[in-house]
Amino acid sequence: MPAVAILARFVLLEARRSGLPWLVAASLAAALGLAAFVSQVALTESIALQAAFSAALLRACAVVLVALHVAASTVREANDKGLELMLTLPISRSAQYAGRLAGYVALGVVISACFALPLLLWSPPAPVELWAASLALETAMVAAAALFFSMALVQPVPAFAATAGLYLLARAIGAVQSIAASPLAEPTLAHRLARWSIDVVALLLPRLDAATRTDWLIYGAPTASAYITALAGLALYSLLLVAAGLFDFHRRNL
Amino acid sequence: MSRDERPLTAVPGWIWLALAACLALQLAWAGMRPGMLHRAEDLPPAPRLVALRLASLGEPEALARLAMLYLQAYDLRGANDVPYQDLDYQRLVAWLGVVLALDPKSEYPLFSAARVYAEVPDPAKAGVVLDFIYREYLKDPNHRWQWLAQAALVAKHRLHDLPLALRYADAIDRYTTASDVPLWAKQMRIFILEDMNELQAAKVILGGLLASGAIRDPAERRFLERHLEGLEARQVGQANGGKMSRP
Repeated sequence: MPAVAILARFVLLEARRSGLPWLVAASLAAALGLAAFVSQVALTESIALQAAFSAALLRACAVVLVALHVAASTVREANDKGLELMLTLPISRSAQYAGRLAGYVALGVVISACFALPLLLWSPPAPVELWAASLALETAMVAAAALFFSMALVQPVPAFAATAGLYLLARAIGAVQSIAASPLAEPTLAHRLARWSIDVVALLLPRLDAATRTDWLIYGAPTASAYITALAGLALYSLLLVAAGLFDFHRRNL
Repeated sequence: MSRDERPLTAVPGWIWLALAACLALQLAWAGMRPGMLHRAEDLPPAPRLVALRLASLGEPEALARLAMLYLQAYDLRGANDVPYQDLDYQRLVAWLGVVLALDPKSEYPLFSAARVYAEVPDPAKAGVVLDFIYREYLKDPNHRWQWLAQAALVAKHRLHDLPLALRYADAIDRYTTASDVPLWAKQMRIFILEDMNELQAAKVILGGLLASGAIRDPAERRFLERHLEGLEARQVGQANGGKMSRP
């Protein structure tokens, strides 16, 4: 078995033996319970309400669980000197990084599949499959970001905060750009600088607001071009994070 | 958070290449994607106040202002030449109302209503906004009179609806009791009545204002006295013209 696959298997084994499966189950129970509750108080669109509410909640849970698990696992291993031990083995740094990331990506795929299953109660299979694939890629990007920040910062709280900040900014950057373009504001130098800065930041971020959209579940699947564009943006950004992570890992002096 | 680092030469060449290629691709990809446009028809129905208050997490002042930024992005750069004219104004005033209810002291919703949304060329849409301003003014006349005064100006000069302008000016005079309200706001109805050729009514109100002693500034008093004389002269002129024109 290649080294990358062995490392990925260990990462998955660690996740299975931690409290993560219980957290996934608790997230599912919370989403189903809350969806049942809100459907009881809704006057209309109770099916759409359950689908939308559960999808939004489960998407947030998937992202938070993956980011927290990657940060905690990576930093713990660094603190236990497990990373140093791994580097003494005849495995290249790139293979070690890729193996670890492959495990976290596989974990995201499993969580995405688990979270997509209850959505079949309220939405047709085709949009749910598209939603699940998009969530899997989104969690892969989050895992790549969390691994990069965890390796670079080597502390769980800053690593998670940086990952969450990147994620939230990527979700909001489209709206922020739209607001910044308002001609109602005075066209001062400061305003132009602010707008320019936001445009530059937007160049360095993926457009997460276009991915894993709840409206796919309640209004039908997106067009092929919109879907492919959204997922291609996520894949490209994940590759950028992997390249940055590899660069940083190769410079690290353990 | 400093740490020992190996030299840059320790990084394999293919990683340099991969990083540069991914960064270039990301910049190109992000540069090509179209910006997010909030079209008029995308404006969703206003949320309920309870939902907005819950979403504010105890920071209603901040959320009210952010909600205004969100709202003003709709139909800003659509295909239309005039911003905001394609918006559904019933939805718009519902949004403005809920944001104002979230933070009643904020001036942003009423400012936007009076200075931005009421400026559209469609009289029906402008009327919806002016009516909203009037209703909200009645809830707090001493702090919101300036927006109703602006609404009166819009009604008079843009809509050319003098009865509507007079209604707003009357309301300011009747309900606003704060001492810091300038007299020009209180005197608006005199000039509107004059524009409506209601010279007798304007004369009575102006005479009453001067007689009440409310105007203490000598220059302002002189100006209004001259204005009263002018009104009387116009009234006499009208009366003579009317007599002469009779057979």
